[in-house]
Amino acid sequence: MSETNAFITRTDIESDDSGPLDGQTVAVKDNISTKGVRTTCGSAMLEEYVPPYDATVVSKLKDAGATIVGKTNMDEFGMGTTTETSAFGATENPAAPGRVPGGSSGGSAAAVAAGEADLALGSDTGGSVRCPAAFCGVVGIKPTYGLVSRYGLVAYANSLEQIGPIAPTVESAAQLLEVIAGDDSHDATTRETDATYADAADGDVDGLTVGVPTELVDGADDAVVEQFEATLDSLCEQGAETVEVSLPSVETAVQAYYVIAMSEASSNLARFDGVRYGPDTEAEGNWNDSFAAVREEGFGEEVKRRILLGTYALSAGYHDKYYKKAQDARAWVRQDFAEAFESADVIASPTMPVAPFERGESLDDPLQMYLADANTVPANLANLPAISVPAGETEEGPVGLQLVGEAFDERTIIRTASAAE
Amino acid sequence: MVDHDAVTHVASLARVNLDDEEVEQFAAQFDNILSYFETLDSVPEVESDEELENVFRPDEVCDGLTQEEALQNAPETEDGYFEGPTVS
Repeated sequence: MSETNAFITRTDIESDDSGPLDGQTVAVKDNISTKGVRTTCGSAMLEEYVPPYDATVVSKLKDAGATIVGKTNMDEFGMGTTTETSAFGATENPAAPGRVPGGSSGGSAAAVAAGEADLALGSDTGGSVRCPAAFCGVVGIKPTYGLVSRYGLVAYANSLEQIGPIAPTVESAAQLLEVIAGDDSHDATTRETDATYADAADGDVDGLTVGVPTELVDGADDAVVEQFEATLDSLCEQGAETVEVSLPSVETAVQAYYVIAMSEASSNLARFDGVRYGPDTEAEGNWNDSFAAVREEGFGEEVKRRILLGTYALSAGYHDKYYKKAQDARAWVRQDFAEAFESADVIASPTMPVAPFERGESLDDPLQMYLADANTVPANLANLPAISVPAGETEEGPVGLQLVGEAFDERTIIRTASAAE
Repeated sequence: MVDHDAVTHVASLARVNLDDEEVEQFAAQFDNILSYFETLDSVPEVESDEELENVFRPDEVCDGLTQEEALQNAPETEDGYFEGPTVS
């Protein structure tokens, strides 16, 4: 175990091919399937699981000439904001010692921040690429839903998640996005694209309109807002202008996000029954007894909490009250963003409303931890692309600027972010 | 109000055994979390006319996993099958 504990499994998978990632080392989040290399999702349930196939993004990395140096630590099944729910121990934040690297792709961001990999892949269901990018002082992109194939990504909440790049600079993150984007016959939600992204990192924001929703700034810590505003000032000096926009729907975005994510999780994680993979328990009894015993042993506390809450939200008598209402709230968020984009090219906020937590600080109060996702979940609910780029530091650690763009308009958020670097 | 019995019931629906400590802890936390979720009641009706398009592909036979690959992670197999617990 290195001091950072960014990796669950170290690898040295060199590519036979040559391409845009020649000579680049890439770390891959441990919920993305790698043929012949164990893929644990940060869970004891999959401690010994070795996928018989590569995720589409992993095949694309190999085709592009990258060397895969390891599988990174993460909150168990992606369920967390700190990487502390991993069954393989917590990860250190190289940019803020003693503090969490963010989550759930904390190992990926920490590996890049510590120089243990040039680039990394994470997955983002409600902020899991952008939060650790912000906390570790690196760049992370959550692509538009459907831009990147999810084939081989172990599902947590299918309707929300995307695989995305983490890198030290906007241009290198954009380059990695270019490699992994595109349609895939194994994922029917993907669409064809011939867009390029790296060349959009040209820093040209002259004439660009940046929308600022008060709802996503008011709740943030003062020290974070100070850095955020300084970054906006810098964009304005380069020719951009800011306008105020309103997103009233974000008041119920966290609630909608968690109801939907937990509901989908309760269904997706039903497959972990210890028959096709999973720990070998000596449980006595019938199918039900045996499954319940394997799942008690294999899942950690946060995963159990979310499966149970999801099961509750979908159960008879509660479905309309929680799940259906959450879908309404999701449609509302989508509509709000559509209106905001009538007056703005991108929408800016702090990525995280707070500085990186101290390790252990948030584990006792799950609701408090869920609330920290307030600024990141709206983009997942609206299926929109979003980037987090470093925007200064407070005494407690790095701050991220989040820019959300219109669907499939990754180029504009990449361009704006490159001006903020 | 989510009590001890409600947590145990949901856990049995989800096929997850819990120890007594977890049941107590979850019962206390779920009340908090679910009452927060209840603010969803204030969400207005929104016209959602999402433009969705079906994606089709020809139904063609292609290579899948071999039997050996499909079984490689199973804790127990027998004669090329997964071995599960008894049914009743």
